[in-house]
Amino acid sequence: MKRTGLLQAAGLIGLIAMATTATAQDDNQLVVNGEIEMITDAPAPENIGGLKTIYSGWRFRQSEMQALQMDDFENPGAYAIDEGVEMWATAEGSEGKSCASCHEDIEDSMAGVRAVYPKWNESKGQVMTLAQQINDCRTEQMGAEAWKYDGGDMTSMEAAISLQSRGMPVNVATDGPVAETWAKGEEIYYTRYGQLELSCANCHEDNYDNYIRADHLSQGQINGFPAFRIKTGKLTQTHNRFKGCVRDTRAETFSPGSDEFVALELYVASRGNGLSVEAPSVRP
Amino acid sequence: MKRTLILAAAMIGSGAILAAETVSSADVVYDEYGSIAASLSGTAGDPVNGIEVMSSRSQGNCVACHQVSDLSAAFQGNVGPSLDGAADRWDEAQLRGIVANAKITFPDSIMPSFYKETGYIRAGNAYTGKAAGDELTTLLTAQQIEDVVAYLATLKE
Ligand code: HEC
Ligand code: HEC
Repeated sequence: MKRTGLLQAAGLIGLIAMATTATAQDDNQLVVNGEIEMITDAPAPENIGGLKTIYSGWRFRQSEMQALQMDDFENPGAYAIDEGVEMWATAEGSEGKSCASCHEDIEDSMAGVRAVYPKWNESKGQVMTLAQQINDCRTEQMGAEAWKYDGGDMTSMEAAISLQSRGMPVNVATDGPVAETWAKGEEIYYTRYGQLELSCANCHEDNYDNYIRADHLSQGQINGFPAFRIKTGKLTQTHNRFKGCVRDTRAETFSPGSDEFVALELYVASRGNGLSVEAPSVRP
Repeated sequence: MKRTLILAAAMIGSGAILAAETVSSADVVYDEYGSIAASLSGTAGDPVNGIEVMSSRSQGNCVACHQVSDLSAAFQGNVGPSLDGAADRWDEAQLRGIVANAKITFPDSIMPSFYKETGYIRAGNAYTGKAAGDELTTLLTAQQIEDVVAYLATLKE
């Protein structure tokens, strides 16, 4: 046969070489407002197979887009911070309370919070995302209605809370009580969904730094979320991003806030353990 | 009048032949290396339409992953190897097998299977994010695959 084993082997070696020599597009340094130094690359966490170095999505963007994130006056996602901070102090619901009634100052009480979410909630006996925790405070403490999981209010509040951890390294737990959820997230990450049969790993682990049509593939990290997307002109919640990527494999997606996406968020967040919290980031 | 009748008869006739000779995705015969010897549609491929299928986002969108110097499509990707010279490396049966179901020629390939209807996990209704239901069809038709194969066969260096 013409298609010899050799030819195939050569093709495979070529691909493997491409994957391992891939690096982020540049060595640019991300410093926000001239003062917050971000870690945009780090050694891959030990329990993450297939990657040696982890990179923030920022490193794969073109310099004009990178610049938008370096100054909050330029950052088109910054509007959400003001919105979130305002809602923080707004009383809502049957208890007449605001977030500030319990947590006081957002700067002090929320510093470091984003970096460790999703995390185990002892009283509920489950892993909770930041969005779930926010809604839990609304329904259980304030007597207010839950926000739409990936709606505008939620995304702005997440941005305002995440901002208080900007620059801190992501550090979500992967063992102990969360181990089972983490393993479920890992399984989802490597499952080839949809009629295109593509897993998250096919694009973001095997092919980061390659191009799929015009798109420069990053590692699909979520340290920058919520992220302002130039394409949609608004701040995007993590599960909304996941949904778009699953849809693009011609698959039936999971819903924002579903058990599957909560598990996936924990796992993907842990792939970025060591990168700085960047929200609100600016992405294509 | 007479002429129209004959024409109509001819059209019905060719339609029947077409339907009879299209191999459904379940009936495709691959050899052990993943090649398909026989045409999937029974009609010769049209390389010009093959270009359209390969370049168009709503059809094969092969250039999402492959670079082909001969094609003018903008933003050709590099997730897969360049297809320049593909016909020097593969014969027609092999190319047909790769396009129909690359995972037989290249186990675990990231390349989608363009002529397969079953075995998917959470197959969706195109790019809507909704479940496929009973709507699922192959990504490309038998004739589109023949057209792509006819074009690939011209890629010699
Ligand atoms: C067909 C290829 C493909 C698949 C499969 C895929 N993605 Fe993506 N993803 C992209 C592209 C293209 C982008 C935009 C460019 C970039 O940042 O990589 C993107 C962006 C992202 C981002 C935003 C990164 C940033 O810094 O803004 C996240 C997070 C992400 N993907 C997660 C996932 C997860 C989780 C899965 C699996 C459920 C997945 N992706 C599956 C193609 C894919
Ligand atoms: C999501 C990515 C992707 C898409 C879309 C894709 N391919 Fe591929 N293709 C690959 C990869 C990767 C390989 C290398 C084989 C392997 O998987 O090891 C390949 C291999 C090939 C080869 C053999 C390469 C050679 O020159 O030796 C041909 C021919 C080919 N593809 C044609 C096509 C055609 C035609 C289409 C569209 C109808 C297409 N591909 C769509 C990823 C893709």
